[in-house]
Amino acid sequence: MYATTYHRASSLADAVRLRGSSEEAKYVSGGMTLIPTMKQRLAAPSDLVDLRHVAELKGISVNGRHVRIGAGTTHYEVATSAEIKAVCPALCHLAAHIGDPHVRHMGTLGGSIANNDPAADYPAAMLGLGAVIVTNAREIPADAFFTGLFETALEEDEIVVAVTFDAPERAGYSKFANPASRYAMTGVFVARRADGGVRVAVTGAGADGVFRHEGLEAALAGSWTPEAAAGVAVDPSGLLSDLHGSAEYRANLVTVMAKRAVAAS
Amino acid sequence: MSRVAMTVNGRKVSRECEDRTLLVHFLRDHLSLTGTHVGCDTSQCGACVVYMDGRAVKSCTILAAQAAGSEILTIEGLAAGGDLHPVQAAFKANHGLQCGFCTPGMVMSAVDMINRYGADLDEKTVRENLEGNICRCTGYHNIVKAILAAAQEMGAAGRQAAE
Ligand SMILES: Cc1cc2nc3c(=O)[nH]c(=O)nc-3n(C[C@H](O)[C@H](O)[C@H](O)COP(=O)(O)OP(=O)(O)OC[C@H]3O[C@@H](n4cnc5c(N)ncnc54)[C@H](O)[C@@H]3O)c2cc1C
Ligand code: FES
Ligand code: FES
Repeated sequence: MYATTYHRASSLADAVRLRGSSEEAKYVSGGMTLIPTMKQRLAAPSDLVDLRHVAELKGISVNGRHVRIGAGTTHYEVATSAEIKAVCPALCHLAAHIGDPHVRHMGTLGGSIANNDPAADYPAAMLGLGAVIVTNAREIPADAFFTGLFETALEEDEIVVAVTFDAPERAGYSKFANPASRYAMTGVFVARRADGGVRVAVTGAGADGVFRHEGLEAALAGSWTPEAAAGVAVDPSGLLSDLHGSAEYRANLVTVMAKRAVAAS
Repeated sequence: MSRVAMTVNGRKVSRECEDRTLLVHFLRDHLSLTGTHVGCDTSQCGACVVYMDGRAVKSCTILAAQAAGSEILTIEGLAAGGDLHPVQAAFKANHGLQCGFCTPGMVMSAVDMINRYGADLDEKTVRENLEGNICRCTGYHNIVKAILAAAQEMGAAGRQAAE
C-alpha cells in the first residue's frame, strides 16, 4: 500500500471539508472494498476521510412501509434488523449473503452502492426496490444512480447519506455466488407492488453493471410465478463474458435466478 | 506518522506508526502479538480475524488508524490465565487443527458465531459462518465438530462468552 494520510470525520460537513483538502482524497466507510484495492496498489488516495464516525450516516427507520437506511449501516445490521425484516425480508436475506461474517461486520450499504461493483448485491436491491439515494446535496432515483461499471451519478465529493424506499408487497432475491469470491455471478432481485407494478433488477451479469429486465418484468406482471419467469429467454448480447462464465451461461442464470427469486418472495 | 491508541486485550496501548499501517501489522510488529496471522493478500482467508468492539473483523483489511479508540481482542487475550477458552479446548479435543496456521482466526470466528447464535448453532450455520475462513489442512470437518461441541458446552452462557 502506498502512503496515505488518515482523517476521521466527525460530521458530514467535516467530511466534505476534509475531502476538499486534497484532490486525491477518498472517503472510506467499511473499507472492505477500498482497503483491499489500496493493498493491491490499484488505488492510492493521498488522504482517507473516514465516515464511520459520522452520526448523520447511522440508523434504520421504518414508518409503516417506508424504510430509510443510513449509508453507514453495515451489512450485518441490515441482515439482522427486525424492523426491516417485518416489511422487506428479501433485503435482509440479501445482506446476510454478502461476503462473509467479518466483511458484513464492517462493509456498509453506502460504500457498496457508491462503489457499484458490477457483481455487488445491493445495486440490484436498490434498482429492484426503486429506491431513492439521498446524498448530502440531492435525491437521486436508483434508475439514474447506477451509470456503468464502477460508475455512479455521484459527484467527486458527494456523500451517500441514506437510501429510502417503500417496501413492496412481495420481493425476493436469489444469487448464484461465484464459488471463490461469493460475489454474484448473477443475482436477480424481483419486487411486486400492490398496484401490480413489477421491477426485476439483475446484477453480476451485465457488461455495463446492474440493469432492469423488461421481458421478465412484463412476464411477472402478467403472472407472479416461477413458471412465468421460466418462459422468458434472456438475450446474451450485452452480458458479461469472462473466465467464470460466458454470456450465454449468464443469460440462462438470469432466468433461473429470477425463477428462484419469485419462488422465495 | 500518527500516534494510534487503542485497548488491546484489556491493556491500553499507544504507538507511533504510519497511517497506512494495517491493524494486523500494528498487532504483530508494534505490539509483538504474533498470534494473529496473515494468510493472504485478498481479504479472503480469515487468518487475521480479531474482535473489534465485540465483532469479528479482518485485521488485514482495517488500518490501525481506523481502529484507534476501539477495544481489540486477539487470540492472546482469549484464555483466562492458564485455562484454555472453551473454544480452544474444543479445538484441541476434536483435532480441529493440523498445521495451526488458520487456527487463531478460526477460533476467533468460532467465538463470534457462538456469541451470535448461542447453543442454537447447527452444522449448516457453522459452515455458512466459516465462509470467510480458509483452512488448507483439515477439510473443515473437525473444525465444525469443535465449534458445535464448544457451542453445546458454552450453552446458554454463549451469548456472553465473548465478553
Ligand atoms: C472477501 C470479500 C467478499 C465480498 N463479497 C461481497 C459479495 O458477495 N457481495 C457484495 O456485494 N460485496 C461483497 N464484498 C464487498 C463489500 O460488500 C463491501 O463492503 C462494499 O462493496 C463496500 O462497502 P464499504 O463500506 O466497505 O466501502 P469502502 O471500501 O469504505 O468504500 C468503497 C468506495 O465507496 C466510497 N464510499 C464509501 N462510503 C461512501 C459514502 N457514504 N458516500 C460516497 N462514497 C462512499 C469510497 O470512497 C470508495 O470509493 C466483499 C468484500 C470482501 C473483502
Ligand atoms: S490475512 Fe486477512 S483475510 Fe487473509
Ligand atoms: S490447520 Fe493448517 S491451515 Fe488450517
